[in-house]
Amino acid sequence: MRLEYPHGVRIVRLPCTGKTDVRTLLETFLAGADGVMVIGCLEGECHYIRGNIKARARVARTRKILDETRIGGERLRMYNLSASQAQRFAEAVNEMTDTVRAMGPSPLARHRALGAATPSAPPGDEG
Amino acid sequence: MKSGSNLEAVLAAGHFAVTSECGPPRGADVEAVKKKAELLRGHVDACNITDNQTSVVRMSSIAACSIIREMGLDAVMQMVCRDRNRIALQSDILGGYALGIKNVLCLSGDHQTFGDHKQAKNVFDIDSIQLVRMVKRMRDEGKLLGGDDLQGRPRMLVGAAANPFADPFAIRARRLKKKIDAGADFIQTQCIYNIPKFKEWMKQVVDMGLHERTAILAGVTPLKSYKMASYMATSVAGMDIPADVLERMKNVPKDKGAGAAEGIKIAIETIEQLKEIQGVRGVHLMAIEWEKAVKELVKGAGLHPRPMVEAHDVANGEVKDNG
Amino acid sequence: MIIAEQKAFEEIEKRLAPFTRVLVLGCKGCVTVCSAGGAKEVGILATALKLARAEHGLPIDVRELTVERQCDPEYLEPVAVKAGDAQVILSMACGAGVQLTAERVLKLPVLPAVNTVFIGVAEKAGTYAERCQACGDCKLAATGGICPVARCSKSIMNGPCGGSTRGKCEISSDVPCGWQLIIDRLEALGRMDLYDEIMDEADWSTSRDGGPRRIVREELE
Repeated sequence: MRLEYPHGVRIVRLPCTGKTDVRTLLETFLAGADGVMVIGCLEGECHYIRGNIKARARVARTRKILDETRIGGERLRMYNLSASQAQRFAEAVNEMTDTVRAMGPSPLARHRALGAATPSAPPGDEG
Repeated sequence: MKSGSNLEAVLAAGHFAVTSECGPPRGADVEAVKKKAELLRGHVDACNITDNQTSVVRMSSIAACSIIREMGLDAVMQMVCRDRNRIALQSDILGGYALGIKNVLCLSGDHQTFGDHKQAKNVFDIDSIQLVRMVKRMRDEGKLLGGDDLQGRPRMLVGAAANPFADPFAIRARRLKKKIDAGADFIQTQCIYNIPKFKEWMKQVVDMGLHERTAILAGVTPLKSYKMASYMATSVAGMDIPADVLERMKNVPKDKGAGAAEGIKIAIETIEQLKEIQGVRGVHLMAIEWEKAVKELVKGAGLHPRPMVEAHDVANGEVKDNG
Repeated sequence: MIIAEQKAFEEIEKRLAPFTRVLVLGCKGCVTVCSAGGAKEVGILATALKLARAEHGLPIDVRELTVERQCDPEYLEPVAVKAGDAQVILSMACGAGVQLTAERVLKLPVLPAVNTVFIGVAEKAGTYAERCQACGDCKLAATGGICPVARCSKSIMNGPCGGSTRGKCEISSDVPCGWQLIIDRLEALGRMDLYDEIMDEADWSTSRDGGPRRIVREELE
């Protein structure tokens, strides 16, 4: 199947959505993302048992922080589908793209030209 | 006699006692207190004044008690442990007695989350049982909690509350014993709608001989409407309203006052049944914001007129009952 | 452990408004265990602060450091140096840690990022509940190991009060009645004799009511 989905969508592969963590999700927005989709297996079908369940909780927490920092929690969303659901994948991406387009670019975009804060590399444990 | 209060005299003379309560105003309006007290005069042996009940600020119990004392009523000063520490409580016992208050009801107090000042610090320095013991010691030994001697003892009748319907049911009589061990001369219970359950509790109480060590006054509150009844049944902690009572209140005709009339009827029936239960020495009528109903209840239950007992007659061992 | 909870982000952001160089200082003690102020939370808060500032188009330079504990002076020694040219320290430790840090790093203001709430336990992962009020005069032997000061909303010594309903406190059905728990435990232990005794008035002078407390153990100096 060769289904179309919009340009400007970058795919980052993980062995499991359970690898996501709040900080990295936030860093993605800091690096300039307008929207982030976390796409995991259907609940109950995680190859690593509960990875996608943990991802769900972390996504929820990150959405809250995105609201508190005025970036917009709606820019981050989790989807659950199986590897065989190509149609659903395309639908999800289109849906998310529509959502983010309606919200406009990330608030950080308007300051980029002014040389605003750039993200630093994640520091080690002891600074 | 421990206090010479009218309530004590009536009980000592062997009469079925009647007490009621007044909630002071949410302001400094003295007339409001007098009006309520006037509605009760002649129909009760003593009148309780609540102490910032449900954690809502009202005129202080000690002040309102003083006002009704001047009107000639025997006052029962309610004291909660929520707002004042042992220093303030002892001070108010002394002050209350100085103003002629001869009865005190010792309570824990509703938590401040129920009231109008939820951000207040809660005190709870001592609990209601310790308070009973403290007042008794002040009266009988002339000592403060800290050990110092008093210059003049507060001769007050000490009361405590009991809730036959609160959990855990299994230890209620045991806790009552603790209050009596601490020195409670009289007990006023939470309002009763479930007579069979109350009888169960009284049986436990009588089996432990507690009814002979203290005077138990059974609480009665007339229902005003089905709305009030269902609210109390579902939202008030420690309340037990049986289905048949709720049904009766539900089935009243839609005429104005029909609910209240049925509520009074149920209350009178309750009082009649309570009179027959061994160990019950009186009733405590709590007609909240409906003090007018007390007269109807007292008359309807055949408890009017109230006995006029001279305290000193009882003290000398002779009961000269003029009532 | 001491249980803390992060302050509302808005409050933290507001307090940091005057500053551009911030050190977020975590603690590997209690606040790590209850996931309020350990290295992970330091990282998340630091990134959130960067996002919020970026949203305003204003600069912020956030440094991160997590030390063993902030309640022992030895662990705070390197902080002043590692703070470098930071203008403020945002401490994620409990109130005790924030204060000792402030004492030891005199040149910088130290702001709290969490509210220290209570001494308690983890009932299960993510659920923490109060157990101890640090009254200074432990009564647990008389109450079957359940504290009447901390677990009874009215700190009653001879409970329960008349508001106890179906094992719950009158203030909320989410709060178990402390005295119901005590009675259940004493019954299970066959020690209801302890219940029948009138417990004496608490001596609050050993608690904070008696003034800020201090212990000196000379043999440890």
